[in-house]
Amino acid sequence: MLAKVRTAAVQGLDAYPVDVEVDVGGGLPAFTIVGLPDTAVQEAKERVRAAIRNSNFEVPSRKITINLAPADVRKEGPAFDLPMAIGILLATEQIRASGLDGAMALGELSLDGGIRPVPGVLSIAMAARAGGIHTLIAPAVNAQEAALVEGLQVYAVRSLFQVTQHLEGEEVLTPVRSPPHSDAGADYAVDFAEVKGQAYARRALEIAAAGGHNVLMVGPPGAGKTMLARRLPTILPPLIWDEAIEVTRIYSVAGRLNGHGPVRERPFRSPHHSTSSAALVGGGTVPRPGEVTLAHHGVLFLDELPEFHRDALEVLRQPLEEGFVTVARVQSTVTFPSRFMLVAAMNPCPCGYHGDGLRECLCTPSQIARYLGRISGPLLDRFDLHIEVPRVPSGDLMTTLPAEPSTDIRTRVLRARARQQERLGSLGACNAGMTGRLLRKYCRLDEEGRTFLRAAIERLGLSARAHDRILRLARTIADLEAADVLTNAHLAEAVQYRAFDRPLRLLA
Amino acid sequence: MGDNDDIRIVARDDEEYPSALRPISDPPRELFVRGTLLPQDEIAVAIVGARRASEYGKAVARRLAADLVACGVTIVSGMARGIDGAAHQGALDGGGRTIAVLGCGPDMVYPKEHAPLMQRIIRSGAVVSEFPPETPPRPEQFPQRNRIISGLAKGVVVVEGRIGSGSLITADFALEQGREVFAVPGNIFEETTWAPHQLVAQGARLVVSALDILDELKIPHGSVQRPAAVSLSDEERAVWQQLSFTPLHVDRIAANCGQPVALISRVLLSLEAEGLVDALAGQRYVKKV
Ligand SMILES: Nc1ncnc2c1ncn2[C@@H]1O[C@H](COP(=O)(O)OP(=O)(O)OP(=O)(O)O)[C@@H](O)[C@H]1O
Ligand SMILES: [Mg+2]
Ligand SMILES: [Zn+2]
Repeated sequence: MLAKVRTAAVQGLDAYPVDVEVDVGGGLPAFTIVGLPDTAVQEAKERVRAAIRNSNFEVPSRKITINLAPADVRKEGPAFDLPMAIGILLATEQIRASGLDGAMALGELSLDGGIRPVPGVLSIAMAARAGGIHTLIAPAVNAQEAALVEGLQVYAVRSLFQVTQHLEGEEVLTPVRSPPHSDAGADYAVDFAEVKGQAYARRALEIAAAGGHNVLMVGPPGAGKTMLARRLPTILPPLIWDEAIEVTRIYSVAGRLNGHGPVRERPFRSPHHSTSSAALVGGGTVPRPGEVTLAHHGVLFLDELPEFHRDALEVLRQPLEEGFVTVARVQSTVTFPSRFMLVAAMNPCPCGYHGDGLRECLCTPSQIARYLGRISGPLLDRFDLHIEVPRVPSGDLMTTLPAEPSTDIRTRVLRARARQQERLGSLGACNAGMTGRLLRKYCRLDEEGRTFLRAAIERLGLSARAHDRILRLARTIADLEAADVLTNAHLAEAVQYRAFDRPLRLLA
Repeated sequence: MGDNDDIRIVARDDEEYPSALRPISDPPRELFVRGTLLPQDEIAVAIVGARRASEYGKAVARRLAADLVACGVTIVSGMARGIDGAAHQGALDGGGRTIAVLGCGPDMVYPKEHAPLMQRIIRSGAVVSEFPPETPPRPEQFPQRNRIISGLAKGVVVVEGRIGSGSLITADFALEQGREVFAVPGNIFEETTWAPHQLVAQGARLVVSALDILDELKIPHGSVQRPAAVSLSDEERAVWQQLSFTPLHVDRIAANCGQPVALISRVLLSLEAEGLVDALAGQRYVKKV
């Protein structure tokens, strides 16, 4: 007899429907899966056989043929286990099911008949809903994410036996309830209140958050660069619902959701400098999201920037410029979103203590120059702010005075963002993304401002590339003050966040 | 390597050979010269000191050099990092003449980061060496060249130096050659002040201003002019009063002023653009003189 169970598979961040067709017929006993299965799918045979047996059903000693349609796309992973088992039980008439019309099922089976979570369930739920499916039978651990999709009945299942009971109407499950859609609810484990001192660095990160500017931090070991970077997400605007869903989908596909509902916090990713290019931008025979995608709508932190391999930095070019990455494979080409704020950290010199004031640096100026020179011009161009972060004197670390909490900083950031959005006229637009044309339109200087900036560039020996960056930063500084006109004060402060434009000072 | 075209050999019997060097006990047979040696360079003062110098020491070297060139004195030094570099810098910034005596060939740039400084020295004075072109810097050559530094000058000012400092060798040559030795006092808790204080204990003349040098060497000086008073805004004055020659981080300056760091950053930048403060690595600031 022939049975058909609907399911879906993930490609990139999207899912496409797959029909599991099961035929059980005469001939020598056999179990064959066709339709471009990979090894994990081939191994399903053993899991499905054991799971059926251990759920008090039988695996017939007949010829079982399973086709995964469409047959021209490579199938991977264990998510087809459950629909295959259901199909075999239907085809051998061990169960009768009426509730499978307009339904999809998926899940990995364990040998005892239990159902294990699988990646990408949110993507599958979204595709299911879009394709007119009204019911999804999903592993219990994945049910929360599936329930985020409105208009879909989601049943959380723990075992094959439970699925058969439900389908036969013996013990009908109640659908999982969706959580309310709200833009609030982020709960960060860290807060700026924990950072003592660092007034200048805190101000710089507030400006970075307000204008969406990438930041490079230079400072000795233990200065708190990692600590500061980790807290940047806490002062960015909260994720709106659609952004939260996008991030949740990514983490689901990457198999990193672990049963949690929507991700409400902006991601913070900190790949080690030995991370491969493939792990950074995504890869695998069936492409999985890389670090740049896991950082989507959040912060990508590159600690020890000079230690990253040249080709690793090279592959960051596309995500930084276009906000997405393309991963090409023989089978398919997929695109992952990758819009993030880039934060990087490095030491000021080979020994780490140049400019520290507390500990003497024994590096020669040419050693320092060579070290700083490892950050190439094009890479440096990615950062609107480069700031020097000092070690906080131990006396100041001891202070019990609470520092300003993240919520207060975020309130100012939100006000500055609202001004940018209004001026630039599109949702989520910020000063960091202004094109040269917009920059000239919105960062116009009067005669006095022009004279000031020209004099500063000349007297302080700033490099030529500094000019536009200073204007862009000054715009954000003015937005934080709700000022329409750029003044010399805004320009002067902006210059202070451009350490690498002043190579001589970095050596002084 | 620099180009050899502009290197001249000045032998002991050439007219251009510095007359001050002729009477010393071991005058170089010939000098390799880039730039010009003028008769007025006879009135010269050497300023030397530590390579790893404090901001205070460098500020003193710059200031003394600038004040001395204002009275027509040529500044001689060794173009090393730290005090030497600051002395040349001060002379050049003051619009005066300066001579760098190298411990390597005159075509070698050592240290490398002084390449721009070296070009300025060649234009406003001379780079000289007794070592022929392409001689690399070797440790044993530096003490030997110190006798030329002292020999070219009427007096040697030691600004900073640790125990065993090379500046003491220059001071010894100076005494041997009958030149005056001057020493600049500093903080007794800093290791960099050991050499100048030692020299004072041995009878060197204590220097607290260029006048001490000019008077001792009987160089006429009308009046050493002070930099024109600049008018500071109230904010600038408040920040300026927090500064010294000990580098201070912007966070500390802001805390001391009781003002937001955003405001203090802006004020510091304008003070820097006006040439009143120096910004150092690590967002630290010192007064500039
Ligand atoms: N300003 C600060 N306030 C409170 N704690 C701090 C501060 N600065 C540093 N610390 C403490 O010191 C630890 C080290 O800081 P962190 O690891 O962020 O430094 P880093 O600059 O990233 O150093 P490295 O170069 O070694 O990675 C922090 O985890 C924190 O406990
Ligand atoms: Mg760190
Ligand atoms: Zn160092």
